[in-house]
Amino acid sequence: MNFQAIDLFTILPELVVLVTASVVLLADLYLPDERKDINQLISFGGLLAAIATVGIVGLAWGPTPAYAFGDAFVRDPMSDLLKGAVLVVTLLAFAYSARYMRERNMWVGEFHVLVLFALLGILIMISANDFLVLYLGLELLALCLYALVAFNRDSSTGAEAAMKYFVLGALGSGMLLYGISMIYGATGALGFAEVAQAVATEGMENRILVFGLVFMIIGIAFKFGAVPFHMWIPDVYQGAPAPVALFLSSAPKVAAFAMAVRILVDGLPGLASEWSEILVILSVLSLAIGNVVAIAQVNIKRMLGYSTISHVGFIFLGLLAATPGGYAAAMFYAVVYALMSAGAFGVLVMISHQGFEAENLDDLKGLGERDPWLAAMMALVMFSMAGVPPLVGFMAKLLVLEAIIDIGLVWLAIVAVAFSIVGAFYYLRVIKMIYFDKPELDAPVDATRDARIAVSVNGLSMLVLGMFPAALLSLCEAAFGG
Amino acid sequence: MLPQFPWLTLVIWLPIIGGLAVIANGDENGEQTKRIALGVAAATFVASLPLWLLFEPGTAAMQFVERADWIPAIKVQYYLGIDGISMPLILLTTFVTIFVIIAGWEVVTYRPSYYMGAFLIMEGIMVGVFSALDAILFYFFWEAMLIPMFIIIGVWGGPNRVYATIKFFLYTFFGSVFMLVALIYMFFQADSFSIPDFHALQLGMTAQVLIFLAFLIAFAVKVPMFPVHTWLPDAHVEAPTGGSVILAAIMLKIGGYGFLRFSLPITPDASASLDGLIIALSLIAVVYIGFVALAQDDMKKLIAYSSIAHMGFVTLGFFVVFSIVRHTGSAEGAAMGISGGMVQMISHGFISGALFLCVGVLYDRMHTRRMADYGGVINTMPWFGAFVVFFAMANAGLPGTSGFVGEFMVILATFRADFWYALLAATTLILAAAFTLWMVKRVVFGPVGNDQVAALKDLDRRETLNLGALAVATLAIGIWPKPLVDVMEPSIQNLVQHVQVSKLPDSGAVRVEAAPPAADGVQDLAQISTGAD
Repeated sequence: MNFQAIDLFTILPELVVLVTASVVLLADLYLPDERKDINQLISFGGLLAAIATVGIVGLAWGPTPAYAFGDAFVRDPMSDLLKGAVLVVTLLAFAYSARYMRERNMWVGEFHVLVLFALLGILIMISANDFLVLYLGLELLALCLYALVAFNRDSSTGAEAAMKYFVLGALGSGMLLYGISMIYGATGALGFAEVAQAVATEGMENRILVFGLVFMIIGIAFKFGAVPFHMWIPDVYQGAPAPVALFLSSAPKVAAFAMAVRILVDGLPGLASEWSEILVILSVLSLAIGNVVAIAQVNIKRMLGYSTISHVGFIFLGLLAATPGGYAAAMFYAVVYALMSAGAFGVLVMISHQGFEAENLDDLKGLGERDPWLAAMMALVMFSMAGVPPLVGFMAKLLVLEAIIDIGLVWLAIVAVAFSIVGAFYYLRVIKMIYFDKPELDAPVDATRDARIAVSVNGLSMLVLGMFPAALLSLCEAAFGG
Repeated sequence: MLPQFPWLTLVIWLPIIGGLAVIANGDENGEQTKRIALGVAAATFVASLPLWLLFEPGTAAMQFVERADWIPAIKVQYYLGIDGISMPLILLTTFVTIFVIIAGWEVVTYRPSYYMGAFLIMEGIMVGVFSALDAILFYFFWEAMLIPMFIIIGVWGGPNRVYATIKFFLYTFFGSVFMLVALIYMFFQADSFSIPDFHALQLGMTAQVLIFLAFLIAFAVKVPMFPVHTWLPDAHVEAPTGGSVILAAIMLKIGGYGFLRFSLPITPDASASLDGLIIALSLIAVVYIGFVALAQDDMKKLIAYSSIAHMGFVTLGFFVVFSIVRHTGSAEGAAMGISGGMVQMISHGFISGALFLCVGVLYDRMHTRRMADYGGVINTMPWFGAFVVFFAMANAGLPGTSGFVGEFMVILATFRADFWYALLAATTLILAAAFTLWMVKRVVFGPVGNDQVAALKDLDRRETLNLGALAVATLAIGIWPKPLVDVMEPSIQNLVQHVQVSKLPDSGAVRVEAAPPAADGVQDLAQISTGAD
């Protein structure tokens, strides 16, 4: 492998995030407790710089993919968009979290450091062009997340959730690694392009390849939280501190999407008919279980957990179409989902204040009275999740449905819309709590300015993207050569 | 040609932006907010007048067309346009909204800015539904309408509002998602989401039947037709007065409009073979729901059931076309059924809106809707009594009011199809008279029921204005319906022509005429096997 200076330019966003994380790590040592806000400022600066570099690198290379470090790393239109999305979501997550963490004595540098390293892992996954690099990014992400879930040392539910997450996550990673080893055994290659070539010549005939594929899909499904590998999601969402759940439910899903595309579309296009069938089953199960079980939840974080599962079903629907339109639809959905989820958890974080913890649906009661603007933003996010126009959730669902009807799976589209009716019920219940019920607490929600800006951007983006989806969609289409 | 002024865009977005401004203005300055809301509603109505004044009545082509790319990647366009079917409905929308705003002036005390803003936003969205010519744009507005209505019923509604509003939302949502699947399916057949392209699309019988059923679920829920009507009484009873008025006057019409814009022209063969189903459901609505209305004690419920019965007339008029062609061998008179249905929709918009306003007037004074709590209202409220009697008569189809015109045309058309259909449909003249007049008798006439009634005050200026304007509209259409019918005529003739041409891929010919119904059904079935796909 020969090193070229231009490679450093290609990985500039990753370098910026790495440097930011390291600076926070060092700066935190010298910051007294009351000045921990400086960590936040450094992180904001780093993230903004990273977003800028994503733009610069993207413009510099244009639509052609750029490879670095001997084809181990790739920058293409897809990676640019996904990186931009996770950086924005992380920025929102920091903005929402400040007061919550400060009030609970968790406002320490490690929070920023862990989130930033997790972010670095995500960025590496998005740009991986090789099974090993992908795996390294995944593990960097996963280890940071395990620690973040247990961030509240004194919380036993947090520790329990982290433990569950760790065990199941390790199992998922193990499956993935086992699958990779089989693929390596069958093809003798680790780069996605070489594997794709080898699969094209051997195809179905090689039983080991198919076994490897199945194990890898299990790994992907674990990371996404698709049924039947979803058990960890509700527990982890419930047990983790709300800002961590916010981050966990949004950015890593984008990473999981990137992983799925890199492995299935870049690495194993020759096995598309096989993985597509497996994804049909996973997506139908996820839609069914996610939506139906969410109705029974009293805890809103668990409810959002099951809602995640159902949205993963939709993302899989787009992927399984195995057409450029389908991938673009799934990508659109993944990005939009990350924004929706960040918004929903963000509102929960904001109203968890002065020792009060928003845990149950009832805690949202009367939010429309207490803080009309915040309530309106939450309502936008909920209607968007339910897929009601003019919000962007509808556009995402429309694109996915179009992709699967395009390949002739009308029955699957009908299943999907039928379960989204079920889903609409529990999102409506949240809105009902917000607007139609009288508040149990009268205190207004005095949120910080950062959080207010974040929630406004987040909520209004639902509306703006829903009414003008063309720009984001054309970026998604460009990522798949559309 | 100079680019035309985008009137439709103006009529859609003016109230939406105005509504947001009203909400932003807040409640600190209550009176000012209400004035702004009324100003926006009035301005929207004025802005919608050119749609009528500049409308070219002689053509069935789409007018005021605006077309721009919206989401180029999936060929979705911002494509607007109106014809003789949608134009009157848009005017109805902008007209009625004014009175909804006025009716809420003093009554709504909880966050009036949100209340009025929501109605204005809904007005824009409903105009969007009537003018969208792109299927996704149509669906976009169609579903978006649910959000403000959900909030209106849920926040300002009666005691059982949460149940009612969630039922309303889920019913309608359930209906429409299948339509979405059908729309996307047709996109891949036509390679376009434009509704006129869908009209020209050749479809096999199986596909047509499935698409027809998907549309049927969506529109039947909205209309509502028996047996998916059960959300309506709940929603009406719990909704605030303005919500009931909009629901009855306009939202129900959107279902009827959908049949004319989608079901009939896109799936004419499926409509022809399944028209018996629709006619049967319509007649059940007319007769059975008429009896159900007789049994109500709650005034709003009674009017709600009466709406269902009247909407049964509308769907009957729309779908009797095929029966007429089969029986008489010609399409003559078929247009009358559809015209009658349309007139009935417009007229019902005025009458039911007015009746709900009347109930609102009483409810605001006595906070009860039970007829048993009233009696002899006319003694203390003579003007109000006069209006109620007038609108009740119109509801029962008294000649000279708009209620008569639509019903008469539909019954006349139905006679050409089948005597028994017409006989059953005509029972409405008795049933509607029975339930409305009985309500009038129990509420308005008789001795003064109790002390509260004795203390009632007659209509104030605003209420008189509201009811008076609607009464004028009702009378105008009742006495001289010609302008309305003329405006619709070319579009409806065009539609009748269109539905007679089979869209099955093999046969480009006019569908078999003048065959007895049973044999025709068999032929259609035979066509399924030969002509499918």
